[in-house]
Amino acid sequence: MTFAAPLPLKKPFKNLQVKHFFTILSHELRILLVSPSTYIAAVAFLSVMGFFFTMMVDTYSAAAQEVTPAVTFFQYFWVPVLLVVPLLTMKSIAEERRQGTLETLLTTPVSTAEVVLGKYFSAYFLYVSLWACTSGFFYILHRFDKNEHFIDFGPLAGGYAFVAISGLLFVAIGIAASAVSRNQAMAALFSGTVLIVLILGFNFLPNIQLLHNEALRPLKTAVDYAQVFQHLADFSRGVVDTRQVLFYVSGTVLVLIFSIFSVEVKLLHS
Amino acid sequence: MPVDPTPTPPPAIEVKNLVKSFAGVTAVSDVSFTVQRGEIIGFLGPNGAGKSTTMRILTGFLPATSGIVNLCGIPVASDPDAIKHLIGYMPENNPLPEDMRVSEYLFYRGRLKEVPRRKLSARIDEVLELCDLKRVRHRIIGKLSKGFRQRVGIAEAVLAEPPVIIMDEPTIGLDPHQILIVRDLIASLRGRMTVLISSHILPEIEVTCDRVVIINQGRIVASGTPNDLRREILGHSAYKLELAGDIAALSAVLNQVEPTLAIASHSETDTAGFRIFHLTTARDEPLGEELLRILANDSRFRLRGLAREHPSLEDVFLAATRRTWEMVDGPQNK
Repeated sequence: MTFAAPLPLKKPFKNLQVKHFFTILSHELRILLVSPSTYIAAVAFLSVMGFFFTMMVDTYSAAAQEVTPAVTFFQYFWVPVLLVVPLLTMKSIAEERRQGTLETLLTTPVSTAEVVLGKYFSAYFLYVSLWACTSGFFYILHRFDKNEHFIDFGPLAGGYAFVAISGLLFVAIGIAASAVSRNQAMAALFSGTVLIVLILGFNFLPNIQLLHNEALRPLKTAVDYAQVFQHLADFSRGVVDTRQVLFYVSGTVLVLIFSIFSVEVKLLHS
Repeated sequence: MPVDPTPTPPPAIEVKNLVKSFAGVTAVSDVSFTVQRGEIIGFLGPNGAGKSTTMRILTGFLPATSGIVNLCGIPVASDPDAIKHLIGYMPENNPLPEDMRVSEYLFYRGRLKEVPRRKLSARIDEVLELCDLKRVRHRIIGKLSKGFRQRVGIAEAVLAEPPVIIMDEPTIGLDPHQILIVRDLIASLRGRMTVLISSHILPEIEVTCDRVVIINQGRIVASGTPNDLRREILGHSAYKLELAGDIAALSAVLNQVEPTLAIASHSETDTAGFRIFHLTTARDEPLGEELLRILANDSRFRLRGLAREHPSLEDVFLAATRRTWEMVDGPQNK
């Protein structure tokens, strides 16, 4: 009759219910829509991107450039990623944990996976919506531009596709950072650091002499695959490589599983 | 505790040899108790006694280190999903989202607790009525006073009409008037739902609860109705007597009335020659009438007052918790 040791984790993926996921997702979206911080974040994001866009248009009006504006514009994608992703995601789980509402949430018939996925997709939705707003810049350019070749639909679609697909992983990293900390500031700092390493740091790794060692060839190949800027360039050229898509999708799945387990593990030691 | 021989309905809460340790520190050690359906149980103990930990284990939020916990016959450890449909839980400090309206919050929680959408708004009206929250249903939770917030927490716990309600310190930080309201609210659940509440506000528990479980240092030190506990822990009834007369003569008379009746303490004589005596006896039946008759008819004494003293649950609690500390700190430390 007695059981020796309890199950270490409460099987977060058992009985995953779509119904609960949508309840949490719609609740999170509603909270996002009524909260002023969402609009402040949107204004800040669009100001920064508008600034880059204006600067870029200025350059293009001065002299002819080799690439279309869309390619140049998406070169700056990492600035809002580093600023906005930590801010959007830092609250999600860390704040619930600090306030104690995570306890009331998890004593209802919802699983940790449903909670994490609900929060993840609401943050991802906001991230994608913010980027979607920047399409207005291109519309304005298209509307008032007499020079038709400025708007090249291919790179533009490629750029947005890249943002949407890479965003899956970036937002997941933010959620994971929030899942492991109690403090919002720590979560933001942690996700910011990981994103810098992933986006900018991996840029420099191929330069390390050590990696040119023949024995480390597999590692070198892996590093070569994880070049975020290379992915962007390929997408902008209209090359959608399934390996790159797989890199983001599998990375997202791994990071989300890690987030779900870290929420569970922190409960065991709460 | 007598065990109900009829096998039909399993008890609402059944805890056997529950142990929980955190990194070598034992928070709950070998706790066993049973709660029948429809009972209101008070869970008493000083801070850090293991009340909240036990409650969290009951809700399936924390896994136990060892032991058995069954809710309505369903084991918590192997079927946490089913358990979550059986409980309404209000944690300590009643955490609520700050930026939602009361009715929105209840709607969201109702959806999470799988209340059918058709019934939900009627049910929300019902709990708002029950908890007297109709006036604030459109207010933001973060701007409500503590008493209202506490009632929102209770409304949320009873929302899905679960058979078991677990509330961790529902009356903490409330003013006496609000405590009265919350107490009536809990009392109104009697018979319909099994309620387990923890508190260290003792008069509270005494008025509301059918039975009391006192826990200290992770162990149950006493359990039973408040009256049983008085008898068991303090082991005697007490009387207060105001009388003028000779102490030795009084002892003799008391012995005549009841052999175990003795003077526990007495005060100095006041200006009118009266003393206040505290009497104790192992007998539980009322002795007041007989005592009054004999003392009043005895010319050696002048009687001014006689009253049976009611030890409060507080005395029981202090005595019971002191007993465990002595047990733990004493030489027979297990």
